[in-house]
Amino acid sequence: MIFYTDQAGRRRIRLLRIVPDDTKFDFMRFRRISFPLSALMSIVAIVLYFTHGLNFGIDFRGGTLMEIQVKSGQADLAKIRTALAGLELGEFQLQQFGGPADVLVRVAQQPGGEAAQRQAVQKIQAALGEGVEYRRVEVVGPRVSGELLSYGMLGLIFAIVGILIYLWFRFEWQFALGAMIANVHDLVLTIGFMSIAQIDFDLTSIAALLTILGYSLNDTVVIYDRIREMLRRYKRLPMADLLNASVNSTLSRSIITHVTVTLALLALLLFGGTAIHSFTATMMFGVVLVGTYTSIFIAAPMLIYLGVGFGRAEAAAGEAVEPIEAVESAARAPARR
Amino acid sequence: MLYFSRWKVVSILLTVAIVCAFAIPNFFPQQMVQRWPQWAQRHVVLGLDLQGGSHLLMEVDSGAVRKEMLETLRDDVRRVLRESRIGYTGLAIRGNGVEVRPRESADLQQVLSKLRGLAQPVGGLLGGTGQRSLDVSELGNGIIRTELTEPAINERIRHAVDQSIQIIERRVNELGLVEPLIQRQGADRILVQVPGLGDPQRLIDLVGKTAKLTFRLVDTSVSPDQAEQGRLPLDAELVKGSQKEGGHPYVLEKRIMVSGEDLTDAQPGFDQRTGEPIVTFRFNSRGAQLFARATQENVGRPFAIVLDNEVISAPVIREPIIGGSGQISGNFTVEQATDLAILLRAGALPAPLTVVEQRTVGPGLGQDSIEKGKRASYVGSALVILFMLVTYGLFGVFANIAVAVNVAMIFGILSLLNATLTLPGIAGIVLTVGIAVDSNVLIYERIREEVRAGRSPINALDAGFSRALATILDSNITTFIAAAVLFFVGTGPVRGFAVTLGIGIVTTVFTAFTLTRLIVAMWVRWRRPQYVPI
Repeated sequence: MIFYTDQAGRRRIRLLRIVPDDTKFDFMRFRRISFPLSALMSIVAIVLYFTHGLNFGIDFRGGTLMEIQVKSGQADLAKIRTALAGLELGEFQLQQFGGPADVLVRVAQQPGGEAAQRQAVQKIQAALGEGVEYRRVEVVGPRVSGELLSYGMLGLIFAIVGILIYLWFRFEWQFALGAMIANVHDLVLTIGFMSIAQIDFDLTSIAALLTILGYSLNDTVVIYDRIREMLRRYKRLPMADLLNASVNSTLSRSIITHVTVTLALLALLLFGGTAIHSFTATMMFGVVLVGTYTSIFIAAPMLIYLGVGFGRAEAAAGEAVEPIEAVESAARAPARR
Repeated sequence: MLYFSRWKVVSILLTVAIVCAFAIPNFFPQQMVQRWPQWAQRHVVLGLDLQGGSHLLMEVDSGAVRKEMLETLRDDVRRVLRESRIGYTGLAIRGNGVEVRPRESADLQQVLSKLRGLAQPVGGLLGGTGQRSLDVSELGNGIIRTELTEPAINERIRHAVDQSIQIIERRVNELGLVEPLIQRQGADRILVQVPGLGDPQRLIDLVGKTAKLTFRLVDTSVSPDQAEQGRLPLDAELVKGSQKEGGHPYVLEKRIMVSGEDLTDAQPGFDQRTGEPIVTFRFNSRGAQLFARATQENVGRPFAIVLDNEVISAPVIREPIIGGSGQISGNFTVEQATDLAILLRAGALPAPLTVVEQRTVGPGLGQDSIEKGKRASYVGSALVILFMLVTYGLFGVFANIAVAVNVAMIFGILSLLNATLTLPGIAGIVLTVGIAVDSNVLIYERIREEVRAGRSPINALDAGFSRALATILDSNITTFIAAAVLFFVGTGPVRGFAVTLGIGIVTTVFTAFTLTRLIVAMWVRWRRPQYVPI
């Protein structure tokens, strides 16, 4: 750490400043780029969803998943493949998972109802013999998988509506709508990412999506809170400038918080093991990459289009924001002690 | 914002201390904790994904329940008509009802009223909904239809689930497992969770078997081959034999000599002559009588012991068995004999159960997951703590204290609720560490701004807190809504994530509003700062 000497002549620790004080980036100008860009990316994501599809896990598609560890320490995928191919279980996938001895076996849903799924497991276990340890066996029957999918989707919709109603109570309706558009956009992009990366889409993905929704909104709300405060304080400031000032004054917080969340997610991604790998990867993409971008470049400028601050001058470029203290000194309330 | 009355300080610190104290039992070995008073024993339960175990979701075969109800109804209708000496034709099951046509149309009214007499109030005499179990109506053309009502069917399924739960409990408890969870899920499902069981197949066999035992005579008038060609006597049926005996079928009388309901006890044992594992059983007095009479009348004929429509063995009756006890042999292994004895003691399930979802985690993977979860938590926390120190210095220390208390409180509340900790749950805690500092970041950044706006240190601190807290509340409630929805939607490990995330949000807001503020206030009183070091 670096030390410096303050006015009183004491040695002090110089703290890390990722974002300098009083930034004055013109974020609102980027909306001419960010809006078309986001629209394009959303369309790409939706097209991907329909063409590439999501890699539905057994939670939603039904079927069998087995995580096996070969006791000899080195799994021979080709040998396992031949052993399983003879069982006539339809489509199956083998995947090296974690270490060299670990293999993930996925078997598609068997025709013939719930009992057929379990017979498949017994056949596989008989075919693989004694040399393997079954670390995880999951069998989801056709009825349960259908229900899990509809519950999951219903959950997402409930969460979106619930948050919308809450924001509507706390802010004006334009804010609620702006936040929602921005964050549904987040979800769409994340689903697009999951489609490209072919990440297993299962119950944990729904958890990841809901968490992304929660945290992106968290970010958006922090900026909206500031915008609302500024709207009350500066009655004549042009809207674009006001939004710029709000985003700039919360910028340091946005960046620092994203660093801490990234650090936490990074630890999970690197050390949390394969079981939650897809979960953290999705979250990393959604919260860190998309969430921040959305709050700054989509959610805030969206308010202009939704008619917040209607009647104010549209951006009067170059006009400086009144320094806070000029207004502050007049309105400063005596501090409670 | 920086003033705290003495009682407020005390109550904040007390709350924090008490909540954290609830986490203490988690750090001591289980055996030691068990000797503590009941209220102090609450602890975090490791999820199946961490300690290994089996999760089975079973569904009562409602089709089978319905079929059985319809068959009983048909028999009832036949009995009623016979007792009243009314001629009829075309007695048959159609859809959810039984249709019959009295020969004389003059009997129509009498039949209607007799059949209506069969109906019973749904839900028993007390607490019933006033609905009847049967709808009797005239279809025209002289046909009378007796239909099972939907509430009656649902009631029976509910009853079947209740009975099944009791029987499964008995079976699982016999295995001597720790903390099994058996509960109803929805209308017709039963969730069975058993931690720390290495072999899920044994559990599935034990829980999913209907275990309907019957003793029936073998019909020797035709050979199985002849029966397969269609020469099956009217009162006999073809039942397949067990795989171990070669799987060849038997022709058995439909009539049941004695059934498993009349067993009082069953124990695994060894045959005295062959040393082979067997199951010995004892009948109750009714069963003993029935069995004695049947064996007396049929010395020299073979009879079959049938379990769930599969012949286990078919010995020949050498002499009348009047003692009310006997033994079943069938090339069992010791484990199979033990399990069969458990099944027979616990009784048969009222309806077949299907496994609709099965998730098993071996103990090895669970241990690995714990290790990985721990490592990720340590690394994640260390990184965040370091970053906060570098960014905020002394105030970073305050933030780190708040985060540490936060995590301790999460464990305290998890213990208090006896909540389940899963691997995604650990991820939720790590994420909370990342997010909990956000409330501090919001406060500190606001203070920085206020300092830049020219406020005095105390004023800046005060304004920073009061303005940031509103934001903290708003932004965390949105995440909390998402966590709450996840709790209701998710199952198993995902629900574990929702729990830690939700609790994490609550403790985060709590520490931001109280502890962080208190620490800063105490620092201000102690140092009287001329300058805010952030």
